[in-house]
Amino acid sequence: MSKKYDAGVKEYRDTYWTPDYVPLDTDLLACFKCTGQEGVPREEVAAAVAAESSTGTWSTVWSELLTDLEFYKGRCYRIEDVPGDKESFYAFIAYPLDLFEEGSITNVLTSLVGNVFGFKALRHLRLEDIRFPMAFIKTCGGPPNGIQVERDRLNKYGRPLLGCTIKPKLGLSGKNYGRVVYECLRGGLDLTKDDENINSQPFQRWRERFEFVAEAVKLAQQETGEVKGHYLNCTATTPEEMYERAEFAKELDMPIIMHDYITGGFTANTGLANWCRKNGMLLHIHRAMHAVIDRHPKHGIHFRVLAKCLRLSGGDQLHTGTVVGKLEGDRQTTLGYIDNLRESFVPEDRTRGNFFDQDWGSMPGVFAVASGGIHVWHMPALLAIFGDDSCLQFGGGTHGHPWGSAAGAAANRVALEACVKARNAGREIEKESRDILMEAAKHSPELAIALETWKEIKFEFDTVDKLDVQ
Amino acid sequence: MPFQSTVGDYQTVATLETFGFLPPMTQDEIYDQIAYIIAQGWSPVIEHVHPSGSMQTYWSYWKLPFFGEKDLNVVVNELEACHRAYPDHHVRIVGYDAYTQSQGTCFVVFEGR
Repeated sequence: MSKKYDAGVKEYRDTYWTPDYVPLDTDLLACFKCTGQEGVPREEVAAAVAAESSTGTWSTVWSELLTDLEFYKGRCYRIEDVPGDKESFYAFIAYPLDLFEEGSITNVLTSLVGNVFGFKALRHLRLEDIRFPMAFIKTCGGPPNGIQVERDRLNKYGRPLLGCTIKPKLGLSGKNYGRVVYECLRGGLDLTKDDENINSQPFQRWRERFEFVAEAVKLAQQETGEVKGHYLNCTATTPEEMYERAEFAKELDMPIIMHDYITGGFTANTGLANWCRKNGMLLHIHRAMHAVIDRHPKHGIHFRVLAKCLRLSGGDQLHTGTVVGKLEGDRQTTLGYIDNLRESFVPEDRTRGNFFDQDWGSMPGVFAVASGGIHVWHMPALLAIFGDDSCLQFGGGTHGHPWGSAAGAAANRVALEACVKARNAGREIEKESRDILMEAAKHSPELAIALETWKEIKFEFDTVDKLDVQ
Repeated sequence: MPFQSTVGDYQTVATLETFGFLPPMTQDEIYDQIAYIIAQGWSPVIEHVHPSGSMQTYWSYWKLPFFGEKDLNVVVNELEACHRAYPDHHVRIVGYDAYTQSQGTCFVVFEGR
């Protein structure tokens, strides 16, 4: 039945607060942590979020009546207290599938975290989690290769991958940079990485770096008899230049390239992931700028959402923090989102920060990358936390070895293999970490020196963003 | 102290992927690793190759994968039989994970020369 046009301002909750609504399997569900301005009722704040992130605007408009807004609108269907926090609450919102372009993470985020974040009735707003419906997931390309294919290509089984970032971050010439890559790989690392800041600066243009690195990778592979790789950073000024770099990496027969998905943007990332799928190239993903968005406990986007978005947009490895190193991240929360990178089904579990059941269907998994301020003493804990489907990256913990990067690499490789062997043999590697490492060091002077060098280094600060549990 | 006296010379070693940086395992240690493969529900497979072909993706199977084999001793006996038959070959054990369609683990037990 047609409605009459009634100009003016209605309360959002009249239209967008629908506590009786039962979400459909095809709905995209979101959980926001809302902190409203004083005196504004929760239902009104929550409904405003639903409206402003979907069909609504502040005033009734005549053109609404040309469509069926009941079909298209987002709805807040549940409000929950945040444990231990009186001023904030969770709003659960259901969005109909037709609000989003197929396969477009860019489109999903433009709606869900667009204008609404600047909305005046809110003091803070944080997108905590998204439940992507299978109907949407099936329209996304996802990881160009996934964990299983990556293992087969790199011939690495039964253990985490071992890598490191080339340091110093900036300022090396292409030839000197290739030397550091060669040292790390001949010492026993599987993979080395361009620092995220390395693109194509005046001191080292990208083509120069790619050529010397390719030579280093091939030589190390020939000498060690193992498969090696280096993440060649293809993040660039324009998509055209990004593809040009990717093509050249392929020409050089390199197995893996790299992209920064937040600074580069989701559209560029999805495009590059598609290119990788077509060209048999592995894709490593860095996450520069994430902490700007995800670290504040009441405002922004939780990293678990950014991680899910990456799995859909496409990447074979994603940085996830280390739990034990120099960067923010608590253990349960990290486990919660690495599950969402690697598993095919992740159940709702508030103790891990997962607000929804998430079914990934046949989407391949993404390696979790732990990088930043870690060294050999952390190895047992890293293996226990991250398991085999991870990539452990020791930058300072490789190059900082008194004998240089090759010996540092060997120390890490020995430590890693000793921990894997001990775990498989049924030992409790976190409890027995000291014994396991000291035993291994008897056969490896490189490890013995590494253990001595880093024995006092810890990064024990409280996490800023904690799970909301009491 | 002069620089040279504290810095060691790290020499590149040719290795055979997982566990390549550890000293050769004792028999008990090998047993532990095979027990782990079986406990994970993976199928043990034995493969061998002449050292000149160690970087090939496919090594020769020894017989067929031991699907459903739960007896550690059977697997160990097969490993030794393979090593006897091809004393100059590398011999590795693989745990096939049918769920992930990948190898749960893979490491060299006997190095050929």
